[in-house]
Amino acid sequence: MEEKMLTVYEQMQSRGYSRRDFLRFCSWMGALIGVEATGLARVVHALETKPRVPVVWFHFQECTCCSESFIRSSHPIVADILLDKISLDYTETLQAAAGKQAEEALHATMKKYKGEYLMLCEGSVPTEADGVYCCIAGRTALDIVKEAAEGAKAIVAWGSCASNGCIQGAKPNPTGATPIHKIVTGKPIINVPGCPPIGEVMAGTIVHLLAFDRIPQLDGLGRPKAFYSRRVHDTCYRRPNYDAGLFVESFDDENAKRGYCLYKVGCRGPVTYNACGVMRWNNGVSYPIQSGHGCIGCSEANFWDNGPFYQHLASFPGFGIETTADKIGVAVGAATLAGMAAHAISTNIRKRHEIKKDQNEQDKKGGA
Amino acid sequence: METVSIRRYYVWQLPVRVYHWVNAVCVTVLCVTGYLIGSPLALQSSSEASFGYWFGTVRFVHFVTAFVFFFNFVGRIYWGFAGNSYARWNNFLVFRKSQWREIIEVLKVDILQAKAQPLESIGHNALASLTYFLTFIAFLFQCMTGFGMYAAMSDSWLPQLFAWIVPVMGGDFAVRQWHHMAMWFFIIFSFIHVYLVFYHDYVEGRGVLSSMVGGWKFIEKEKGKN
Ligand code: HEM
Ligand code: SF4
Repeated sequence: MEEKMLTVYEQMQSRGYSRRDFLRFCSWMGALIGVEATGLARVVHALETKPRVPVVWFHFQECTCCSESFIRSSHPIVADILLDKISLDYTETLQAAAGKQAEEALHATMKKYKGEYLMLCEGSVPTEADGVYCCIAGRTALDIVKEAAEGAKAIVAWGSCASNGCIQGAKPNPTGATPIHKIVTGKPIINVPGCPPIGEVMAGTIVHLLAFDRIPQLDGLGRPKAFYSRRVHDTCYRRPNYDAGLFVESFDDENAKRGYCLYKVGCRGPVTYNACGVMRWNNGVSYPIQSGHGCIGCSEANFWDNGPFYQHLASFPGFGIETTADKIGVAVGAATLAGMAAHAISTNIRKRHEIKKDQNEQDKKGGA
Repeated sequence: METVSIRRYYVWQLPVRVYHWVNAVCVTVLCVTGYLIGSPLALQSSSEASFGYWFGTVRFVHFVTAFVFFFNFVGRIYWGFAGNSYARWNNFLVFRKSQWREIIEVLKVDILQAKAQPLESIGHNALASLTYFLTFIAFLFQCMTGFGMYAAMSDSWLPQLFAWIVPVMGGDFAVRQWHHMAMWFFIIFSFIHVYLVFYHDYVEGRGVLSSMVGGWKFIEKEKGKN
């Protein structure tokens, strides 16, 4: 089936979108990914002239919440064009083909566009027991990732599963769930963590790849700086309450009603890098903190192991769920003080003997 | 009547003493403000956020003190090369056999409360040296984790030097936890340290307690060397 690769603009035209819609889409995306106004022309030009990039989208150990988030991205064109039309030569969840046909489509793309296709991965890859915990078409995820990564131009690891293991990777991690960047080396990998990531963040990452033909600027953990360079806490609208020391003490108190800061009921905003405070969710309607629940840090590595979610300090490993470092510290401190008291008493008993002895000697000498 | 002749040794030079007390104040302030950052007080006030900034102030004090603490520490490292023999860096490395013998000796005095044989050391005894070496490691650890976290809120070069620690330790949350746990090392160290200084002064009578103020220690003559 030989088809001419259409550009994003051509795709949109064929779908009945006007030029105005197209430009609006471009400026919206440009704003999202943080290009300057002068750079906007480049985005427009790229989406007008560049043929679409072939994309394969894999699903491994995951719950598909990343896909769900993506198709709910607030701009209809994202779902309509990026997902429906231009991309996705292969994706288990959405493709019409099944079984043998699907596998053929995958291999055809990987062969025909070797070195050009984008590989998008949702889910972690199990490595225990030779990877048998996740098999597709009779092959392990481990095999598939390695093969597909070979010919990929760049890899995007969607969500916390693919970028840091998420819940499958939580202790004790029975399947040996491993993020993509620990399996594949020598390819540009973009981590887009979150459980799920924000739909607009996903769309923005794709548009960046399409428009600029290179990967966006990444931070030390391989995340696009445009979305992950600030903490949720830095853009939180409850922040003035934090600075003023006005905290919710429990979810049913007066302070919760007043909308005070959720720090003391376990908010992970201060240790979580994400754009929730700015972009929010579901067309910018809200985000967890706005709905009265602390951030659980879903875009940070090991967030499942850093619980319980409703207290500021994690439980101390090996000491039961309610025991924090502070409780242990207080116990050790009290034991130290008790030891010191006992020590001081015995020291004094000894010293009294010594003083008495000195005194006796002095008396003797004085008497002689 | 038996007389003991005592010689006065000038042990702690002024920079060492200044370092010691600046450090003591900083650690106290950092522990108090750090604890408050971890477990803020419950204010029952119905005022608007724009009227208050107490938590911001606590954090500000923590950060300012952190900078003083850091540079004071750096100054002490310098003095480890420039200062007198009691201040030198190699005091804090206990590799010699005689030092390990002294550690056992000190443990006997401190824990078993055996009769004190006057110790060879005039400056730090070997066990104290080992302990202070560990505290230097703890200072370094606390500065690295602290500035590592601070890097997220600052563009200045000093915190940025430590930004790498965050991915290495597995994210900000882990760094915060370790930073918080390390606070307890400081608290418990301080308890024991203060107690033992009193104790040694009490049983040895060499003036350890005042030595960090005046710089002199008073050592029995037949023992003292150099
Ligand atoms: C004796 C030394 C120190 C002690 C005992 C100490 C203690 C603490 C404690 C207990 C916390 C609260 C952690 C939590 O959230 O549960 C904290 C927070 C923090 N400390 Fe320290 N700290 C020390 C030195 C430093 C230094 C040298 C820095 C360097 C800048 C630093 C920077 C920070 C930062 C940035 C935070 C997080 C504050 C926030 O985001 O609100 N600390 N410290
Ligand atoms: S609610 Fe969470 S993110 Fe918002 S200011 Fe409080 S601690 Fe920070």
